[in-house]
Amino acid sequence: MGKRKGVESSIALADSAAMCRIEAIAAYPITPQTHIVEHLSEWVNDGHLEAEFVPVESEHSAMSAALGMSAVGARTFTATSSQGLALMHEILFIAPAMRLPIVMAVANRSLSGPISIWNDHSDIMTDRDIGWVQIFAENGQECFDLVPACFRVAEDKRVVLPTILNFDGFVVSHMIEPIEFWTQEQFDAYLPPFDPQIKLDVRKPVAMGAVGIPEIYYEARLAQQNALLNAKAVVVEAFAELEKTVGRKYNLVETYKADDADAILYLMGSLSETAMTAVDNLRAQGKKVGLVRPRLWRPFPTQELLAAFGNVPVVGVCDRALAFGLEHHMVAQEIRTLFYDAPHRPKLVEFVIGLGGRDVTIGDMEHILNRLLEVKNGAPVGPVEYVGVRK
Amino acid sequence: MAKNPMELKWQEIPLGFVWHQPQSSLNNHTGSWRSERPIWDEQHCIRCGVCALFCPESCIRTDERGYFHADLDYCKGCSICAHECWTGCIKMKPEEA
Repeated sequence: MGKRKGVESSIALADSAAMCRIEAIAAYPITPQTHIVEHLSEWVNDGHLEAEFVPVESEHSAMSAALGMSAVGARTFTATSSQGLALMHEILFIAPAMRLPIVMAVANRSLSGPISIWNDHSDIMTDRDIGWVQIFAENGQECFDLVPACFRVAEDKRVVLPTILNFDGFVVSHMIEPIEFWTQEQFDAYLPPFDPQIKLDVRKPVAMGAVGIPEIYYEARLAQQNALLNAKAVVVEAFAELEKTVGRKYNLVETYKADDADAILYLMGSLSETAMTAVDNLRAQGKKVGLVRPRLWRPFPTQELLAAFGNVPVVGVCDRALAFGLEHHMVAQEIRTLFYDAPHRPKLVEFVIGLGGRDVTIGDMEHILNRLLEVKNGAPVGPVEYVGVRK
Repeated sequence: MAKNPMELKWQEIPLGFVWHQPQSSLNNHTGSWRSERPIWDEQHCIRCGVCALFCPESCIRTDERGYFHADLDYCKGCSICAHECWTGCIKMKPEEA
């Protein structure tokens, strides 16, 4: 058992990145990710971390600089949020295409407009298909634990892909929690030194970032797709080794009281902690409800999700961003796709909740879970419900 | 002789699309984009080489007599050479369909 400290999740996440012995940081501060970058600059400034810290003028430059530093073989870290992630957008696709294993923490936040600094998943849903491995942390301890896991996956010779660690802005990033820190020895045992598979070296010149004319672009993209799909097995290994190192078990898909459930709610991020309390409250009333959440989001854990849902007759889906112009939002689209070819297709009930930092209460979650049970008992599924909106 | 990169299967794409052989861009035969080709009128060509200087593909070279020709494996038919030629001796000729 390591030492537990009461610390803000962002600070713990930054400490974790520093203890991964990162060698290069390029980041621009943006709420609610700012404390991560600030704290890392303190690590470097105070002489506790030997790393190149590049205080760039924008997120577009942050990701561009990160590409360059990763390309020379440095273990590279950055962090962003919302508009910052959006500003990185065009460069985000290039990191996996060039197979540069950068790790980025994304404090999930709404996108403008209206201007909002608060938490939802608009930012990352917009950057779902960028080709990065994507993992979700639901609390500060998970943020701390999963940074080294991200590096381990990203740098693995069988993966060599950049990796995003998602966690909810403010709700997680600014929460002070008791967090069990790993020792530096545990970090070093878990995460071997970076052995870059691709490296710019004047003594051995190569061409990186070359043009792919129509005769070869298609093959390059399919190679990238398969590299990402194949990362799943390595994530499983990384989580197993993490459990051996610090005793906490992480799964590609996390479940809560789902085994015998009459209805399961699928949701992403820290809302699950609120939902767990709601599940406990309903279970106390004899109502059999449960939760399923993706820990690994990309590559998408299709088989693991189908196994987690089992033969449950009703599934609810919570979206925290809008797919404008379509009344099935991003997470619902994924779960509909998941079940289309499945032998057992449950009724799907779709919800939107907690946009732009709107508070999500245990009562909201109980309402959603009760609604799933009503559908189980024959009530119509109905269109997507915008929970908590004034109308 | 290494396989022509333009014939690689997806499983054979080098990690990160990184090319270890110099001059790998010579594998990109951009001449297939061309809809017109430059034709030099040697009666009027003064062999000054301004066409070769302006060619963005650097695919215009001299023959043993000092006259200029485009390498049609790479010439995109952009007609910059014809535009820049001082004597107007380069005409663009449409490619046959």
